[in-house]
Amino acid sequence: MKEFLEGSRAVAEAVKLCKPGVISAYPITPQTHIVEELAQFVADGALNSQFVNVESEHSAASVVLGSTATGVRSYTATSSQGLFYMAEVVFNIAGMRLPVVMTCANRAISAPINIWNDQQDSVSLRDAGWIQLYAEDNQEVVDLHLMAYRLGEDKSVMLPVMVCMDGFILTHGIETVDMPTQEQADKFLPPYHALYKLDVDNPMTLGPLADPDYYIETRYAIQETHKHVLTLLPKITAEFSKVFGRTYNGLIEEYRVKDAERVIVAMGSVCGTVKDVVDELRDKGKKVGLLKIVSYRPFPAQQIYEALKAIPKVGVLDKAVSLGSFAPLSAEIKAVFFGKKKKPEVISSFVAGLGGRDITKNSVREMFSMLTAKERSEFIDLKPELLKDTYE
Amino acid sequence: MNKFLFAPGHTACAGCGQSLAARLVIDASGPNTIVANNTGCLEVFSTKYPESAWEVPWIHSLFENASAVASGVEAALIYLGKKDGVNVIAQGGDGGTADIGLQALSGMLERGHDILYVCYDNEAYMNTGVQRSGLTPFSSNTSTSPIGSASLGNIRPKKPMPEIARAHGIPYVATASTAFIPDLQRKVKKAVSIKGPKYIQIHVPCPLGWRHDSSLTTQVAKLAVETGLYPLFEYENGALSAQRKIKPLPVEEYLKTQGRFKHLLNNPEQVKLIQAIADNNIARYNLKIEAENSA
Repeated sequence: MKEFLEGSRAVAEAVKLCKPGVISAYPITPQTHIVEELAQFVADGALNSQFVNVESEHSAASVVLGSTATGVRSYTATSSQGLFYMAEVVFNIAGMRLPVVMTCANRAISAPINIWNDQQDSVSLRDAGWIQLYAEDNQEVVDLHLMAYRLGEDKSVMLPVMVCMDGFILTHGIETVDMPTQEQADKFLPPYHALYKLDVDNPMTLGPLADPDYYIETRYAIQETHKHVLTLLPKITAEFSKVFGRTYNGLIEEYRVKDAERVIVAMGSVCGTVKDVVDELRDKGKKVGLLKIVSYRPFPAQQIYEALKAIPKVGVLDKAVSLGSFAPLSAEIKAVFFGKKKKPEVISSFVAGLGGRDITKNSVREMFSMLTAKERSEFIDLKPELLKDTYE
Repeated sequence: MNKFLFAPGHTACAGCGQSLAARLVIDASGPNTIVANNTGCLEVFSTKYPESAWEVPWIHSLFENASAVASGVEAALIYLGKKDGVNVIAQGGDGGTADIGLQALSGMLERGHDILYVCYDNEAYMNTGVQRSGLTPFSSNTSTSPIGSASLGNIRPKKPMPEIARAHGIPYVATASTAFIPDLQRKVKKAVSIKGPKYIQIHVPCPLGWRHDSSLTTQVAKLAVETGLYPLFEYENGALSAQRKIKPLPVEEYLKTQGRFKHLLNNPEQVKLIQAIADNNIARYNLKIEAENSA
């Protein structure tokens, strides 16, 4: 049924459809509305779940680690500093192969403290072993949560999934969402059956010490599973499409890319703005397009290669930086083409939107106009008046 | 033949008080127990892959989060309708309990989970090489509170963890010692019979870190109790309900058994300060056996 919903409410309803038995979270803006809605569902008896109010994000992640290890589907959500505070648990959950699903309401990282959106938080945890999926709008957020449990809990995967949604832009943005029914959700998402769990009838040791004779294989195994997800996720999205009627590739989305001369690569809600600019420029006869990355981890290098190999000029829009090096997504897009014969003539890097600076249609037009023969590495929409050499 | 729930064959040092206590705790709690363990000696010496000493379901995640992991285990069991008849134990060393794990422990206690927390107190970070923790005793010589021309060892007394646990308003708090086995197991059995959060802190000698012969573990632990330096007591619903009465021995009797206190033996002023700690415990917990009335 189509409903006009705040993004956070839509996520909470999607999570409710997935019937997690344990939810644990610690409040941080802009994640709060999601967990407040879930707490209300539990308080109203509309969701049968143990809601554990913890004293920190570190414990929120640890609680869902423990509950998932006991064989119960579990959920948490956080943002920014909260994600960083739980970072060691985030790595631990993946290492223990526990299919937790977490929503990251993407927010900038302190200092300076800033509650507004960019993607530095989740992008910085790209090496944790989690599958990371980025949503463009609230419909996609809802659908990705259903797919996240299905994917992470697949016996051939057994990995946690982080669904990333831009803070405020999506979490507090109100849009029309076609909310699945419980019947549809149940058809798509079977109950969770753990491969291994804490059970007094079948005692097992989880989380042992692995010395140099055993450690590296555990990391290799996760790496191999991520490769496998690149083939499994499109199959799951195809099944999703059969049940819900909405079609996703799951890894990337090509928007008017086929004959394009200039393409911007981006993740998350900014893709909607880029699509609008692409349409406007196309109407003026400009051959432009967008490549949206949905799955940042696993990184769909082959699909990106196929999508961009014949595009002369590519610009990569990052809402995060790797201070002291290249913008993270741009570096990885360039890596896709290293040593390849077919490749873009130019791959430029644009860092934009940090700390919630609006990325307007003008910002996107500027990026397209910068896609010339000259390779660029730019911060977009900087204020020159704030860039004085000296301060009094 | 009795089957231990904590099997022999692990890699703990000879004379390890923690390995003894861990076996006593799990055997008292029984097979219907799920254990969440902080990082530390116990985790390392009992679960080096592909072996495990644990005959009960057991999970280790990180150094400081066993309390929160156990909270998740308990919540999951409640969701599954399987909590009744299953004990959940969270456990760790003194550093994982009183220092880095204190926040998670406090959260677990405050939320009222039906979990027993066991702190194995060997009074320093033994797993990393005898560094000072918040439960290291006053004047103890550790690798990060070393003695020297300007130092007499650790400058602070032990953090009062049982009192901190009690202040959460939980139904049961106790201290125990590897030297008093029936007492220890009685306390564990009592704790798991009570619904809600419980805290037991067990004094577990570490021959390597305390520098005593590995054959003396029990004697050393016993002297800690008999001098009043490690009072054994129980708090039920916030009130002191029982204590092990002693005929207090001078603290030197305990200090002289261990290398970590060796520097104090020709320093009577410093020993007086330690005697004052024992005397304070004796008064506070009413430990002294009153002289029998000769009349």
